[in-house]
Amino acid sequence: MSSRFVKSSMLPGAYYFSGSEAVAEGAITAGCRYYGGYPITPSSEIMERIAWRFHEVGGVFMQMEDELASICSLIGASWAGAKAMTATSGPGLSLMMESTGYAASTETPLVIVDVQRAGPGTGQATRVADGDIMQVKWGSHGDYQVIAYSPWSVQEMYDFTIKAFNMAERYRVPAFVMASEATAHLKEQMVMSEKVEIYDRVKQPGAAPFDTKEQDGVPPMPSFGEGECLLVTGSTHEGYGFRRSDNPEVQQRLVSRLHLKIMNHRDDIVEVERYYLDKDRLDVVVVSYGFTARSSLYTVERLRSEGKRVGMLRLKTLWPFAETAVQEASKHTKKIFVPEMNMGQVAGLIKANALSEVVTFNQTNGEVIAPSTIEKEIRRIL
Amino acid sequence: MPRDLEKYLRPEVQTTPFCPGCGHGILMGLLLRAVDELELDMDKVLFVSGIGCAAWIPSPNFKADTLHTLHGRAIPFATGAKSFNPELNTIVVSGDGDLTSIGGNHLIHAARRNTDITVICANNMIYGMTGGQLACTTPFGAKASTYREGSPYQAFDLPKLVEAAGARYAARYSVTQPLLVIAAIKKAITTKGFTFIEVLSPCPTQFGRRNQLGSPEKMIEMLYHRCISKEQASTMGSEEIKDKIITGEFVNGTA
Repeated sequence: MSSRFVKSSMLPGAYYFSGSEAVAEGAITAGCRYYGGYPITPSSEIMERIAWRFHEVGGVFMQMEDELASICSLIGASWAGAKAMTATSGPGLSLMMESTGYAASTETPLVIVDVQRAGPGTGQATRVADGDIMQVKWGSHGDYQVIAYSPWSVQEMYDFTIKAFNMAERYRVPAFVMASEATAHLKEQMVMSEKVEIYDRVKQPGAAPFDTKEQDGVPPMPSFGEGECLLVTGSTHEGYGFRRSDNPEVQQRLVSRLHLKIMNHRDDIVEVERYYLDKDRLDVVVVSYGFTARSSLYTVERLRSEGKRVGMLRLKTLWPFAETAVQEASKHTKKIFVPEMNMGQVAGLIKANALSEVVTFNQTNGEVIAPSTIEKEIRRIL
Repeated sequence: MPRDLEKYLRPEVQTTPFCPGCGHGILMGLLLRAVDELELDMDKVLFVSGIGCAAWIPSPNFKADTLHTLHGRAIPFATGAKSFNPELNTIVVSGDGDLTSIGGNHLIHAARRNTDITVICANNMIYGMTGGQLACTTPFGAKASTYREGSPYQAFDLPKLVEAAGARYAARYSVTQPLLVIAAIKKAITTKGFTFIEVLSPCPTQFGRRNQLGSPEKMIEMLYHRCISKEQASTMGSEEIKDKIITGEFVNGTA
C-alpha cells in the first residue's frame, strides 16, 4: 500500500458548497482525472462541475452516450492508469450493474457516486430516497463485494469521496458514495484542510496482477502501456489473466479471494459513529445513516434533554456491513429503532445481527424523514 | 502462421479456440501482418474485444495489452483507455453481433466523436458462439437457429452506418481478399480518428451448415464469388448485383 499527502483541490478554509460541488472537489483532491458520465437527475451537477474543473486541473472528461458506456469507459481509463469516477442515480445505476460485477471481477478501482432518488422505475426523479443500498451489493450477478459510504453532510460528501477513492485503490474494488437527492442538493459549510492523505495503486513489475499468495490479498495493479502485456478479462482467470472458465479450482479461488480481501479487512473499512452508547442501559438506540441520521441525531439530543435513555449508532459505511457495531450496540438497549427512506433495506441486516428487538420505520414518499416523525415513533416505543 | 509472426503471440498459448474452417484465424494472421509491416511498438498497443468468437482473436493470443470486456462494450472500454492515455494505439477487434447489435449505439457514438481508435469487425453474419441465432448482419433470407425459415429482415450495411455517423475511414473486405485486408488495417491504424473495417469471415459451423454451405471450402467459395469491388459493382445491373457483397473503401481517411 502506498499513501502520500496532497493539497486539497482548493485553498484550505471554509466553503459554502452543495453536496454535488463537494463531491467534485473531493474527487479532484483524491487524484481523480477521468470522469465518464451521462446526465441524470439529481446527479448531473456533479458532472457539470467536474467538466469545467477538469479544464483547470487537467483531467479527461467524457460525456458518454449512456450509463453503460460511462462505467465501461471508467474501467478502460482505470486500467490506463486513471483514478476514475462517475455519478448517477437509480435508473443509471441499474444500467451500470453488469459492469460493476466486471469491475469487481477484474479488480478495477473506480468510484460511483449514487445520488439516490425515489424508485422503483423512473420513480420521482427529483425526490429523495435511500433505495439503492441492496442494489449496489447484490445488483450484479454472482458473488462480489463492494465498499459503500453513506454521507450525511456536505463535509462528508467531500471526505467520503476521497475515502472512496482511497479504498477503491487500496482494495482494487468498486467503491460507492451512497448520496441522495438531499445530500447532493444540500448547501452548507464545509472545510478543506491543508493536506489530505491519499492512496495510490501499488505497482510491482512482473508480479501477477490477479492473484496473491494470501487467500485475502490485493495484487499489485499495472497499467496499459507499461510493457506488462496485461491480460484483463471478466471471465474466470488465473493470476496472470489467462481465462480458466472451465477450471473449478481457479473459479473457487478467485471468487473466495474477491470476497475475503474485503471481508477480512472489515476493521480497516467499516466506520461508525456512536452517540451515548457508552451510557448505562438504554431504552432505544436509533441506528441511522445518510441524510436521515441528521433527523435522528436531532431527535436523540432532544429526547435526552428530557432525560430519556436513548442513543444512536450512525453507519458511515454501509458495505461491508457494520455487523459487530450493530451487535455491540444492541447489547445495551431494549430496542433498536431504524428509520429509513426505503422499505427496510438496512433494517433487515440489523435484524440479522441485533440481539434486541428491532423496530422499523419506512418512509418512501420522496421526502426526508422529519425529526418530528422520528420523535413520534420513538415516543411510541419508549 | 509463419514463424516470424510468432513474436506477437503469447508463448503460453498453443492453439486457437476457433472451429475448423473458421475465418477468424485468417483474420488474426492478417492483423498481425499489418502490425508487423507497420512495425508497431506492441508495448503501446492495446487490443480491446467484447464477447463472442471474434473477441478471442486478440485475447489471450496477442503479446500486448489485451482487454477482454463485456458483451457489446468493447468500444466504450477502449474510449476510456484511449482518451486517458492517447499514447495507446487502441485497436478493437470483435464480432458483428457484439459491435453492431448489442454494442451498436457505442459504435455510432465513437464514430460521431471521432475517437482515435481502429475497430475491426469480424462479420460471420451469425451468432456463432451461442449457437447460430439471427444477427443484425444475417443476410435477408439466410437461415438461423431462431429463424429457420430465413431472415425476414435486411442486414446492416456497416460501412455506410459508420460513414453516416462520421467515421474517418470505413472499409469492407473478406478474408478471401487477404492482401486488401492487410492494406485496409494498415490504413485504418495510421489514419487519425475513428476508423472501421468490416471483415467477412466464414462460419461453416453455425452459418454454413444451415445455409447449404456446411464445408469450409464452400463458405470460402461463396465469399470468393460474392465479394466484388466497388468498381466491378459500378458496371453491373441491379439483377446481377443482387447477391453480391460490395467490398472496398467507403470512406477514405481524407475527410
